[in-house]
Amino acid sequence: MTAARSRDRGARRRLRRKLILTAVAYVIALAFFFPILWMILTAFKTEAAAFTLPPKLLFHPTLSSFGEALARGNYLHYAFNSLASSLGSTALGLLLAVPAAYAMAFYPTRGTDGTLLWMISTKFIPAVGVLIPIFLIYKDLSLLDNIWGLILVYTAMNLPIMVWMIYSYFKEIPAEMHEAAQVDGANTAQVMARVVLPVAIPGLASTCLLAIILAWNEAFWSINLTNTSAATLPVFIAGFKTAEGLFWAKMSAASALAVAPILVFGWMAQRQLVRGLTFGAVK
Amino acid sequence: MSTATSEAMPRRRGARSRRKPNMALLMGPSVGFLLLWMIVPLALTLYFSLRRYNLLAPGRRGFVGFHQYADLLTSGSFWTSLYNTLVLVVACLVLTVVIGLALALLFDNEFFGRGVARTLAISPFFVMPVVTALIWKNMLMHPVYGLFAELFKTFGLKPVDWLATFPMSSIIAMISWEWVPFALLVLLTGLQSLPNEEIEAASLDGASAWQKFRFITVPHLGQTIYVVIMLESIFFLTKFAEIYATTSGGPGMATTNLPYLIFLESFFQYDIGTASAIAIFAVILANIVAIFLVRFVASNLSEGAQA
Repeated sequence: MTAARSRDRGARRRLRRKLILTAVAYVIALAFFFPILWMILTAFKTEAAAFTLPPKLLFHPTLSSFGEALARGNYLHYAFNSLASSLGSTALGLLLAVPAAYAMAFYPTRGTDGTLLWMISTKFIPAVGVLIPIFLIYKDLSLLDNIWGLILVYTAMNLPIMVWMIYSYFKEIPAEMHEAAQVDGANTAQVMARVVLPVAIPGLASTCLLAIILAWNEAFWSINLTNTSAATLPVFIAGFKTAEGLFWAKMSAASALAVAPILVFGWMAQRQLVRGLTFGAVK
Repeated sequence: MSTATSEAMPRRRGARSRRKPNMALLMGPSVGFLLLWMIVPLALTLYFSLRRYNLLAPGRRGFVGFHQYADLLTSGSFWTSLYNTLVLVVACLVLTVVIGLALALLFDNEFFGRGVARTLAISPFFVMPVVTALIWKNMLMHPVYGLFAELFKTFGLKPVDWLATFPMSSIIAMISWEWVPFALLVLLTGLQSLPNEEIEAASLDGASAWQKFRFITVPHLGQTIYVVIMLESIFFLTKFAEIYATTSGGPGMATTNLPYLIFLESFFQYDIGTASAIAIFAVILANIVAIFLVRFVASNLSEGAQA
């Protein structure tokens, strides 16, 4: 009897602890999420409603601010540039990184670790350290305010992370699989296409997701290297830093549209993100 | 376990393979691309930093050695922005690591809907910095219409014009909001790789919660915290977008850090030489941190090879 009762009491205490933890964790999680939620709510308000004091949580949602954000300021032009530069640089990065990662993962030499570390260390050169020469070279090559110029910079920015991540996924492929394919007489391209890449598809997908997120959110290069024709969404949204910023509903609508897809990608890639951003130092 | 065995294979694999592919062809494009886009410009920055080079005074050019560096060391704006850079880095590091660690410990417990809560909490990391800056500046910190002002009024306090009165603290708050999620995510990953048996064994030995934290969790997390600090330092040293979209380095020079000073020198003063010299300082600063980080990654790599 007493044993059962104390077991019962223990279970109840554990449940209570769990409930308290749930409450505390959700209060904190919602506090962190709140600015994003507030932006999304404001995007569904009219300008007048956005400024009502005290702010309202309940209101008649409207899509008018989205309409205005899309109509004015060429939103779609900037969105297209963001799409082109992040997808373009990710595709180019994949094309460069896969062969290099393949070579280092399956045919390591004495120089492999060194090469890998050298690549990672280029990621630690601050962008400001190379901004001026790239700006001047781009000016001479008419790559300023050119979407290809941006694609090339984003490729260079993400390449070390992509090589590193793909390398670490290739290393997980069992050696026997790779050898068996070779014994069958397949050449390098065939081995890669038929054996290595299909197995590594989940890893490649999360590598691409991370590269897209980083390129999409990038502001330093796009602010400094583009003007209008190749400018991306961060440049468009930075335009709200002047008096335009008081058009809260429109600013929120433009921001929400720019943030939403990446937020979803981020949620999908949260685990792999640690691997990519810490270069395998945290597993 | 599986990673340990698969990482031991490559050495044998390399020796046994019949046809080794053309390594230069596979590696060349990546290596060449990074050389071209990162190392060559870096060398050019170094070159420009030793020359007088102002786009507004094209006639006055030439080699001046370390003259521009010497000028910087006596310039007030350089020291102010260096000081601002360090304040920003240190404050953001302390805030993100302390709050991130507390949250990681909380999220490491089991509770209802843990995945959803974690996903909500890490979301700020995926918001583009420009959006973060504008949302905070206009909708939260605005002295009249902002939510913080409204909150202050509710409690009978006088609203504050955050970005004008406490510019650096406001920037630090924004950046910390973005990066606490990163620290949380990485530290949580580190915590979850802590073997359960160790904690259980300690519990059986009668260790208190504090003792378990102090003697098992902290030593285990040490490496992870180290990595978080290194990576965040490198990112915080080059913060630009948040400052550009809110204070533009002001009021005065209050929020001008080294990257923003380089931006001002090159695009407003057109002084390429001086801007390049500051850039070299920024690179050196980042490299002091990066050397330790790369060494750490390197030791991880060789551990993997020996396993």
